Amino acid sequence: MGKIVYMDNSATTPTKSEVLEEMKPYFTEKYGNPSSIYSLARETKAAIEKSREKVAKVLGANPDEIYFTAGGSESDNWTLKGIAYANQNKGNHIITTKIEHHAVLHACEYLEKHGFEVTYLPVDEYGLINLDDFKKAITDKTILVSVMFANNEIGTIEPIAEVGKICKDKGIYFHTDAVQAVGNVPINVKKMNIDLLSLSAHKFYGPKGVGALYIKKGVKINPLIHGGGQEGGRRAGTENVPGIVGLGKAIELAGESMDSHIERLTKLRDKLIGGIMKIPYSKLNGHPVKRLPGNVNVCFRFIEGESMLLLLDGMGVCGSSGSACSSGSLDPSHVLLAIGLPPEIAHGSLRLTLGDFTTEEDVDYVLGLLPKFVKRLRDMSPLYEEFIKKGEESCTAKK
Amino acid sequence: MKPKVILGMSGGVDSSVAAALLKDEGYEVIGITMQVWPDKAPDALEVEGGCCSLSATLDARKVCDMLGIRYYVLNFKEVFEDKVIKYFIDEYFKGHTPNPCIMCNKYIKFGELLRRAESLGAQYVATGHYAKIEYDDDLKRYLLKRSNDSRKDQTYVLYNLTQYQLAHTLMPVGNYRKDMIRKIAEDLGLKVANKPDSEEICFVPDNDYGNFLKTREPDKIKPGFFRDTEGNILGRHKGIIYYTIGQRKGLGISFGKPMFVLDIIPETNTVVLGDDEHIFSDTLYASDLNYIPFDTLKESMEVTAKIRYSAREAEAVISPYNQDSVKVKFKEPQRAITPGQSVVFYKGDIVIGGGIICKKDIA
Repeated sequence: MGKIVYMDNSATTPTKSEVLEEMKPYFTEKYGNPSSIYSLARETKAAIEKSREKVAKVLGANPDEIYFTAGGSESDNWTLKGIAYANQNKGNHIITTKIEHHAVLHACEYLEKHGFEVTYLPVDEYGLINLDDFKKAITDKTILVSVMFANNEIGTIEPIAEVGKICKDKGIYFHTDAVQAVGNVPINVKKMNIDLLSLSAHKFYGPKGVGALYIKKGVKINPLIHGGGQEGGRRAGTENVPGIVGLGKAIELAGESMDSHIERLTKLRDKLIGGIMKIPYSKLNGHPVKRLPGNVNVCFRFIEGESMLLLLDGMGVCGSSGSACSSGSLDPSHVLLAIGLPPEIAHGSLRLTLGDFTTEEDVDYVLGLLPKFVKRLRDMSPLYEEFIKKGEESCTAKK
Repeated sequence: MKPKVILGMSGGVDSSVAAALLKDEGYEVIGITMQVWPDKAPDALEVEGGCCSLSATLDARKVCDMLGIRYYVLNFKEVFEDKVIKYFIDEYFKGHTPNPCIMCNKYIKFGELLRRAESLGAQYVATGHYAKIEYDDDLKRYLLKRSNDSRKDQTYVLYNLTQYQLAHTLMPVGNYRKDMIRKIAEDLGLKVANKPDSEEICFVPDNDYGNFLKTREPDKIKPGFFRDTEGNILGRHKGIIYYTIGQRKGLGISFGKPMFVLDIIPETNTVVLGDDEHIFSDTLYASDLNYIPFDTLKESMEVTAKIRYSAREAEAVISPYNQDSVKVKFKEPQRAITPGQSVVFYKGDIVIGGGIICKKDIA
């Protein structure tokens, strides 16, 4: 295959070479089980603790509040189930949003089958929750609020500090799935009153299969995985040392370069959005400003996002329609439906997510292809044909 | 540039070999599995086989990886629901016995898939059907012909293909017998070489269509009466959708002699039963016609005709009847002519066309 233009950084990112180099010794020379007592083990134990410090530093947390997991989905599941069962004497009500990742939504559905009640907050056309809705949803049975920091599909950044403040005042645990946000948005768990936060290394140029959960000291949570005494006895299993080392390095790099990363990606993103908006009957999904720096999510009316992806793939461009996790199911995205797009338009969505390795040349390349592809697909689209016949009056209103 | 082909892949041996054959012939092949029915509940067990199951897409993906061709799973759920599943359900409630594969071919594989193929810049769709498409220079038309393996021949479900569709369709396995296809699969090292043929309706779990209809339309199934041809009540039935013309087993009542379903009358929710001799008829009417070597049937024609997928062909004369219908008069009476099923006409190895069997008053 020839040229590859990777624009699916919300699905995953490549592991940076500095990160990989840091990990390598922990596969071969430094292989000791961190729970053992000899020097070989002390070395790996120390490496884990160093990573913990790096994560804590970027989040504004204390190192002993960071627990390593196998990734974002595990951190989300741990939070939902662990908090629900540890606090059911206080109540059985959970508040979340309609646009969460499935790791949160499906864990909530599971809990609903086991006696818990879940409120799914709606969002506005930009994907933002309404704080008044949120306050009204709180009851004296509410034990947990879980609102994602930034949405994986449309990139909308939620009012996390405001939600945190309300939760603090009410004495309710507040969890945020920050898998997309870490490295892309400044985060401070103390200032934002976050009690639990999920993150995943491979979203910020670390390896796959490792993540973390920040749990504020004092939060009552049950373990998800029972076993040995690792991670304070809260997350058993021999640690994924190379992965944890990689996560630490990756988050350190992300923290150091966050400002320049945000500035560069925002520019590229806005150039890509601006170029795409010149295509007739295209629409930006999500918020124009309260948005992840690398996220572009657009709808081209009258065409299927899938067909667009295939054409782009044919030219080496990696994009997605909806999220990577749901393309196995291929339904119109729950996020796009939640922001009020009708299913037939939600089908025409395209997500391009830029990253540290995306160049301006890549953006220009994609902008060169998209208008041609949109035209080609519309020329073949019965919906477009019908629309042209009917005239434009009924359809421009939505724009 | 190589001509581009979109190949519909089920994960079975036929479409897998089709991929290899097309690639050998120099096409740029892109494999597609159409996701057509709604997702199962996550805790449901994955059943072996059936096209578009998870294991099917894994098999197809593996074949494409091995051949070095692109592969995608695409969403066809809505159009499939609209054109195939709804049709399937409606037909049963009309007292008919539908063949959903025929609608899937007409609207999905050679309709929507062809449209998507063209939008991706492909000239052709291809499938693993056992049938042959040839261009006839004299007629200046594409013809659909029986495959080289008469036992596996699938032309029956393809009679609806239009000239445009035929011109943009490739069926590479039609030139082979099934055992040769299996051999090619083995030689290529395809894991699917010995996979059993699928013969069930892909969207109906356990082949229990009654249960499927009950789940989808619980309120529309109403018990009613079995009657004889004179109108006398013979007993109660569970709902007309559970019966098909010619059925003997599963009536739930013993009549002291073999009784068969002769007719289903949705208007009165009646299932008419009678003797074996009454289920033979030498005439049928069909509508929703498509002809392949010509556009319309202008005069009577001697053909062989097949009244269901598994039926034996029988000699018949077809003649135009009303505006959009055909009358089919068989030399020998046929058993259990069933509205909703298709009748397909052949002349030698050539598919002349076909239509959907209907009652005379509708034709």
